[in-house]
Amino acid sequence: MGEADVIPLHGPGGRPRPRPTPRRRSLMPPPSPTPDPEPVPEAALPAPVTPAGPSELERTVTEVATFLRRRLAGRYTVDEFGFDPDLNENVILPALRPLYERWFRVETIGVENVPAEGGALLVANHSGTLPLDALMTVVATHDDLPTPRNLRMLAADLVFGLPGAGALARKAGHTLACSPDAEALLGDGELVGVWPEGFKGIGKAYADRYKLQRFGRGGFVSAALRTGVPIIPCSIVGAEEIYPKIGDLGPIARLLGVPYFPITPTWPLLGPLGLVPLPSKWYIEFGEPIRTDEYEPGAADDPMLVFNLTDQVRENIQQTLYRLLSGRRNAFLG
Amino acid sequence: MSPSVVLVTGVSRQLGGDLAARLAADPSIDRVLGVDTTPPSRDMRRRMGRAEFVRVDIRNPLIGKVISTAKVDTVVHASLSGHPSASGGRSMMMEMNVIGTMQLLAACQKSDTVGRLVVRSTTSVYGASPRDPATFTETTEPKALPPGGYAKDAVEIEGYVRSFSRRRPDIPVTTLRFVNFIGPRADTAFAHYFSLPVVPMVLGFDARVQLLHHEDAVAVLERATTHDLPGVFNVGADGVLMLSQAIRRAGRIALPIPEPMVPWVGRITRRARLVDFSPEQMRLLNYGRVVDITKLKTEFGFEPRWTTVQAFDDFVAGRALRPVVDTDRVVGIGESIARGAVHYLPGLHRGEGAVQLEAAPDQPALAPVH
Repeated sequence: MGEADVIPLHGPGGRPRPRPTPRRRSLMPPPSPTPDPEPVPEAALPAPVTPAGPSELERTVTEVATFLRRRLAGRYTVDEFGFDPDLNENVILPALRPLYERWFRVETIGVENVPAEGGALLVANHSGTLPLDALMTVVATHDDLPTPRNLRMLAADLVFGLPGAGALARKAGHTLACSPDAEALLGDGELVGVWPEGFKGIGKAYADRYKLQRFGRGGFVSAALRTGVPIIPCSIVGAEEIYPKIGDLGPIARLLGVPYFPITPTWPLLGPLGLVPLPSKWYIEFGEPIRTDEYEPGAADDPMLVFNLTDQVRENIQQTLYRLLSGRRNAFLG
Repeated sequence: MSPSVVLVTGVSRQLGGDLAARLAADPSIDRVLGVDTTPPSRDMRRRMGRAEFVRVDIRNPLIGKVISTAKVDTVVHASLSGHPSASGGRSMMMEMNVIGTMQLLAACQKSDTVGRLVVRSTTSVYGASPRDPATFTETTEPKALPPGGYAKDAVEIEGYVRSFSRRRPDIPVTTLRFVNFIGPRADTAFAHYFSLPVVPMVLGFDARVQLLHHEDAVAVLERATTHDLPGVFNVGADGVLMLSQAIRRAGRIALPIPEPMVPWVGRITRRARLVDFSPEQMRLLNYGRVVDITKLKTEFGFEPRWTTVQAFDDFVAGRALRPVVDTDRVVGIGESIARGAVHYLPGLHRGEGAVQLEAAPDQPALAPVH
């Protein structure tokens, strides 16, 4: 029980939560805004006795039943990437929300920097051995923005070859990191997320925490230039501490066909318990958008410009990380 | 150039037969010749009307004689087959597909009357792998070349067609890469697959499926026959269904099978003559395949009448597929039980405990949904 002595740290601390009302999403289909009577009563948990209890319960029963009927009859739509907004809204996001709100207590900064509509490319630092930072950013861009957006992430091909994970990633709206897909999504006016450090970033040792790795080959900058969408640097603090990677079993990784096989203080020592992430306190800061529509049409094919822009984004994220880190007193208390 | 004598290969099978029937109904076309190794069914022959049937094997040089004596000016090669057992085994299928195409192209190359060639191909030439982009355009290179079978045949056929158009640049060639057909009358492997009461799929994978209504497929072939539209075109309908979603829409029950066992199940269903899926088509069930049809709409000038979902629903309605399990009723029963619990169980009427207690009975029901 390695993390058992860590959990109480935030319990009695009694820190005021930034979000007073935990969200309870209704199970209504996203495209029908009319029959949604929920937002008004939004009875928060501490409400002592709610006389409207039974009726709300009954409503929940009806909603769940409607949802199940819709799912079992196949009455929902997916786009050509396999994105299933109905499932995302009602199953995937609610499953991630407790982790976001209670476990990591994510605080978002600079949400006004994410455009409310139109294509935009969110570029973030990658860390944490498992891509929980990406999943939390999905919740952040959905729940904490004034207008919820669905972050469409670009992921490694490894994800889509895995049984379960690949299918789920497609249903959550994510696709393979390649320029045709990136440009198609950006051209459709979607908010696209990319983690250009890739496995080098997410699988780096704990000793290298918050040191940005090389930013791929700048393919994401070319995609943004071709579609003329702004690049939003996104800095995530806290994800480095969830699974501190202190070792790597290379031969086992090669055997399993994965880029690394991490050793953390709890994994594989404690078995499945080692999969519980440490409850670090997270900050996600969205930086000022970097415009790409002022360049000439052929700019995407100018490697010098692409490299410069890549460096600019990287520097921006690195500086923000240092600033956020200097303001943080404790990895778990914030 | 409007065609006057059209030769259609693979006329005893559904697509070729329907195309011949459609062309025979067009008064501006003087003659429609249908070619196949087996005569068409009586029903098909009746629908084909004035179209003439010539029983000739396209692997035989005789086909050249047919083309020259009838002064064929448009050749529609629609006989590509993906069903080993229907074509008499895998090697026979490969013979018919590849050698047949070579012979036919040789005859066309020699002919001085042929002025247009339409070739039916398939989107299988793109393969299916986790490393492919979400949609394939006509220029996308396949990441993993199809290892064999039907897809490999199609890749080879397209290769021969390309070298043919290098040798005879004066003949416009239209290559149509079709997705899988569906529809009330469509007699395809996919239609058989979705008609099974319990539909096997690969555990942990959910393919994106793009379909084309059978009538749209015939209409595309007809347009290619009567217009000069050279080039390679993806042909599919708008929109996408998830495999699991399609199974639910058809009222079937999905049976997830662990990946190592999939070839086995494929062999069993093939042996039992339930579904004639070749092994490489089973790969499609893992990753699915979606093609970009912008070029079809803009350059080819065809707008599919049915979307993937409409085509599939038309198939379900036309085949009168009844749901195996009435899910509406099952959910209804669950709902009334939950309602009863809300009403009669004490302590459920107030407070937060109620919410949590309520959530519990629904949880197992939620599990199989995603």
